[in-house]
Amino acid sequence: MSDKTMSARDVVGRLESGMTLGIGGWGSRRKPMALVRALLRTEITDLTVVAYGGPDVGLLAAAGRIRTLVTAFATLDSVPLEPHYRAARERGAFELTEVDEAMFMWGLHAAANRLPFLPVRAGLGSDVMRVNPGLRTVTSPYPDPASGIREELVAMPALRLDAALVHMNRADRLGNGQYLGPDPYFDDLFCEAADTAYVSCERIVDTAELTKEAAPQTLLLQRSHVTGVVETPNGAHFTSCVPDYGRDEAFQKLYATTPYAEFAERFLGGDELAYQSAVQAWRKERDQ
Amino acid sequence: MSAGRAEYCVIACAEAWRDNGEVLASPMGLIPSIGARLARHTFSPDLLLTDGEALLVGLDGTPEGWLPYRRHLTAVTGGRRHVMMGASQIDRFGNQNISCVGDWSRPRRQLLGVRGAPVNTLNNPTSYWIPKHSRRVFVERVDMVCGVGYDRAATAGPSATRFHRLPRVVTDLAVLDFATPDHSMRLVSVHPGVTAEQVREATGFELAIPDEVPFTREPTPEELELIRAVIDPKGLRNREVPDPESTARDRDIPGGGSGAQNPETPARPGAAGGGDRGVPDEGSGPRDRGVPGGSREGGR
Repeated sequence: MSDKTMSARDVVGRLESGMTLGIGGWGSRRKPMALVRALLRTEITDLTVVAYGGPDVGLLAAAGRIRTLVTAFATLDSVPLEPHYRAARERGAFELTEVDEAMFMWGLHAAANRLPFLPVRAGLGSDVMRVNPGLRTVTSPYPDPASGIREELVAMPALRLDAALVHMNRADRLGNGQYLGPDPYFDDLFCEAADTAYVSCERIVDTAELTKEAAPQTLLLQRSHVTGVVETPNGAHFTSCVPDYGRDEAFQKLYATTPYAEFAERFLGGDELAYQSAVQAWRKERDQ
Repeated sequence: MSAGRAEYCVIACAEAWRDNGEVLASPMGLIPSIGARLARHTFSPDLLLTDGEALLVGLDGTPEGWLPYRRHLTAVTGGRRHVMMGASQIDRFGNQNISCVGDWSRPRRQLLGVRGAPVNTLNNPTSYWIPKHSRRVFVERVDMVCGVGYDRAATAGPSATRFHRLPRVVTDLAVLDFATPDHSMRLVSVHPGVTAEQVREATGFELAIPDEVPFTREPTPEELELIRAVIDPKGLRNREVPDPESTARDRDIPGGGSGAQNPETPARPGAAGGGDRGVPDEGSGPRDRGVPGGSREGGR
């Protein structure tokens, strides 16, 4: 069995401009921020980003790396609207494929199951159909037993990904990934829908340690779907990564109220270590 | 004790979940959250509530179930849920927008995104909460149909109408529903201190207004006590809807943080929620469809 550990730099070294990239987490929750920051240090651009949007989307959109965004929303949770995403969208910086959050999930399911589409009710009657003229409907071959009606449903196309980036609480060197918080979000689906999947985690541990204190159903990601594993302590910062840490609300507020160029200059100029040090320095400054 | 405007709003929201049975109440926004908890405390004890994240919890916060997003979405499509969402815009047939203002291809103002509004409205009862009733929100035509209204559902066909139901719209001025022959919006009651004319003025489309418009019902002393002492002791409700008489006794206590008895965190943006505020709907899902909502004004 192969050791899949690598650095964040190794991960982005395997990504290319023009790829379709899925990013796990949800809003401002357990986002693979260290990998996103590593991506921002490269010249990679022209991406199709597929995500339940949070600051990952805000940063990549602000930096001009997104050609097309596939999402249902972008939010920072405690800050309802993602300001950098909004600004980029309002200046027409990228194309948007806006779908409902359930359609999005079924698109991932279709991709994970190697199906071209899955039927969903969501979308009918809404302007999701208007702004996505490529969306088609499909008629059920089975009449409803009560009404005899063959339902017409939306055929949500598979959201197949070239690569997925997700962040876990723990992982082993083989690529088995574990979440310890209350919600897995859709990180397993992202990995299963992708040709390659890269998992950052708070801590890499021995396989046996994964289930020493945690139940086996916390083992969300199977190594057969994982390409690389990166240990990035505090790697979801400033999004939440419970139970390891909650969202850094004060820092998120700073992010939300600082123009991107200024934020990038202060916090994104160096590597991950430099980022974490800059955050520490900011905190110290603030506390004085 | 006389009730303040925010308390009438709480009552009107709570009423949305009356007789809903054992379904998930998904309130988006503060006053709907207080309303859902009030309903659970009193006349709808079987309601399920979340902690705003992935747990189903009792009124004291005791976890009773697990509801991560993936399961939450099944609660939506399975119909055992009544969400109360917010709306940046809503039209006379209940089409709702939380995505953007202006032309979608290059919006003047990007908002949250469609979120789960399309899946909500086609699958489980969806009500709305509008904390500031105005012509900016109540518009002739929404810029992006996120939540599907009655006219659009009918045009889209039987798959769209099958489980579609918008029980009520609660605002800081009034309660409205779609119980008219063509499912256009109707004034159901005004909160005490508000006139039907005021509601008409604040609405950017032609509203059905019956000859006699009752007042939204009074809270009972028990309900007022629950709202003021148990569910929202910091009076946060008065920030979302300030009392028109600024001297009202429980107006805005400064410094309200989050105490143990705080209302649920304003719903996750998630399944249907998100930064939007939701409104609850009545009814317990598909099986109740078409059955008039008892004494509720919102039954269709």
